[in-house]
Amino acid sequence: MSFAANTPVDMHARAKALIARKRRLAFALPLVALAYFVYIFFAFDLAGLAGRMRWDNAVTLVSDTYSYKTHVERNNRTGEIEVAVEGERKGTYDVTNYPTWVRLGEDVTAITLDDGGTIEIAGDVVRYDVPGFGVIEATQSRAEGVTINLDPAALPDWISYSNTRLMVTTDAARLSLTKARTEVFVYEFGWELFWFTLESPYYAHSISDILFGARIDPSRSNLTGAWQDFWNNAIWRHGDTAWALFETVLMAFLGTFGAAIIALPLAFLAARNFAPLVAIRMAARRLFDFLRGVDGLIWTILLSRAFGPGPLTGALAILFTDTGSFGKLFSEALENVDEKQIEGVASTGAKPLQRYRFGVIPQIVPVLLSQVLYFLESNTRSATIIGAITGGGIGLLLTQAMITQKDWEEVSYYIVLVVLLVMAMDSFSSWLRRKLIKGD
Amino acid sequence: MADLTANTLDATRAHYMALTRQRRLYGGIMLLVFVLLLASGFGIANDRNAGGFLPGLPHIFDFPADVVAEAWQKRANLPGHLRDAIPALIETINIAAVATLTGACGAIVLSLLSTHGLAPWPRLIPLFRRVMDLMRAIPEIVIALVLIFVLGGGPVPAAIAIAFHTVGALGKLFSEVNENADQKPLEGLASVGATWPQRMMLGLVPQVAPNWFSYALLRFEINIRASAILGFVGAGGIGYELKNAISWGQGKFDEAAAVFILLFLTIVVFDQMSSMVRNRLTHGSMKPGPLKGAAQ
Repeated sequence: MSFAANTPVDMHARAKALIARKRRLAFALPLVALAYFVYIFFAFDLAGLAGRMRWDNAVTLVSDTYSYKTHVERNNRTGEIEVAVEGERKGTYDVTNYPTWVRLGEDVTAITLDDGGTIEIAGDVVRYDVPGFGVIEATQSRAEGVTINLDPAALPDWISYSNTRLMVTTDAARLSLTKARTEVFVYEFGWELFWFTLESPYYAHSISDILFGARIDPSRSNLTGAWQDFWNNAIWRHGDTAWALFETVLMAFLGTFGAAIIALPLAFLAARNFAPLVAIRMAARRLFDFLRGVDGLIWTILLSRAFGPGPLTGALAILFTDTGSFGKLFSEALENVDEKQIEGVASTGAKPLQRYRFGVIPQIVPVLLSQVLYFLESNTRSATIIGAITGGGIGLLLTQAMITQKDWEEVSYYIVLVVLLVMAMDSFSSWLRRKLIKGD
Repeated sequence: MADLTANTLDATRAHYMALTRQRRLYGGIMLLVFVLLLASGFGIANDRNAGGFLPGLPHIFDFPADVVAEAWQKRANLPGHLRDAIPALIETINIAAVATLTGACGAIVLSLLSTHGLAPWPRLIPLFRRVMDLMRAIPEIVIALVLIFVLGGGPVPAAIAIAFHTVGALGKLFSEVNENADQKPLEGLASVGATWPQRMMLGLVPQVAPNWFSYALLRFEINIRASAILGFVGAGGIGYELKNAISWGQGKFDEAAAVFILLFLTIVVFDQMSSMVRNRLTHGSMKPGPLKGAAQ
């Protein structure tokens, strides 16, 4: 490097060129990104997305997350009336505990809605008194189908009517009438039967009743009984959900720590300063690349064919992928160890194994632990995804609830649980990291 | 310290040895508890699995062997299958690229808003940090499945889901990078009356851009894997092809083999490329941050 050669003019020219290049780059990069997005716009068919979008699905999803509906259904063939939460068999009311807004008369079933409207089902006739609109009266008969008292040509858009079906949708309720059945859906705020199902004696009792009140079920103490009925709630299945959460954590825990234990000795073989033979080093490194390259998805598929669905398969899939990642990271950490400490231990006459134990391990343990704990947190998320594919843990419950496309309140319940779980694991792993690495 | 007699020395040594023994005992107990946890965990996982570990172990190569055998038998079709799977592969990579680009843009904004010394509204820093935590905590698959329900299958739900997660993950790393940036250029710019965007653009970005880029590349690599997985649950791309091809008894294992090969090669190629670029970017100036970067 001779500075004499770099005349001021020369340096000036070079600086100008450099700045010009940077300026071109500053303009070119956004342009390239823009061009790419234009390409994506067509490749992903964003223009057609609006057509494919199902707004009604979005509305169902959002309204289901904070409200539930109770079905009042009359089977028009048999004349039977059934009141059930979300139309589920497990949520069916019997005559003794009908909600207060349903009155079952001799031949008229009357429903009082929150906004003051009333619906009466009297045999084959339905009368819906909509506040501010008037009475809609509809009759179904086998011969004439569905007939209404309004002019079919001048209906507002919240009433849809044809000869076979009448649909009335208001904010308070939805009414549907066909030849087969008369259905009323009433929306209410909250998650239905979250604590107890209808057959539980504790249903509709307040917390203070259960804690301090008289014994409700003579055969059990209030606290045990309430806990049992809550834990075994047939609709929300709290017990199974807790197990699923535990399985997900278990998959992450076993996968992460199993991988760390397997990767540690292998990492010595892949580190330049510990593996004497190039061949062994290369073999170990290619093994890590292979384990990482065959992604978690492929491992999951392969392993579930051998071990069937379940948490073990998920744990092993995480273990295989992470053995590759840990092997690479650990061997990099091993290549950075300070030789002086090993020499110091060796100078006291330590054997090779003792040299590793007292010269190497204390240096790398903080680095390794911190990596392992980072992975533990991220693997909790991976375990959810792997669970959805292989069938285990909360991921399975989540996909099941989504595929049925009706219990969206359960989906939101699971989503909340998953997010809380991941955040808890995040705090736990960073707490442990602080404790173990900085603590002593 | 005149009377460093043998007595006090012995006492000190005894005390030291006692401490060491206690430490070893605690360490040993911790290790024992950990091993017990691990063993019982494997026991529980084994019990709750559909097939056990030991009965399944001999069959671990059955499926790969089936795939390889069938692919070998129909090896003439393999080049054709590889060619057919390429559009799906490109879709998977596109999903990851779009998600990384948009996610990185969001992460830049959020990280600036949540770094002390840079944030325009310092009081809101905790809020923006919580937002990033939340975005990081929601698994991609949750958002993807919900969006598939609303938007229908295809690449868009997957891209949005991955981008959402990327904002949280990169935002945290970016704000750690920002914290280490030199404040002097920013103060200099502020003293000549530069606005907040100008200060960020001219004072901060030149300092941190290489590190941002390096983390974004690492994220891109992770996102390719995520995008393949989301395809498997119905978001299009190569994961979807794979799901269709691996079902039993369809005689499509040759297609599955093609997809396996492509997916493996893609992941390895991007893995190697990104680590090469990152090494060159950070060569000499800093070690690539494998610690936080590698965690998904």
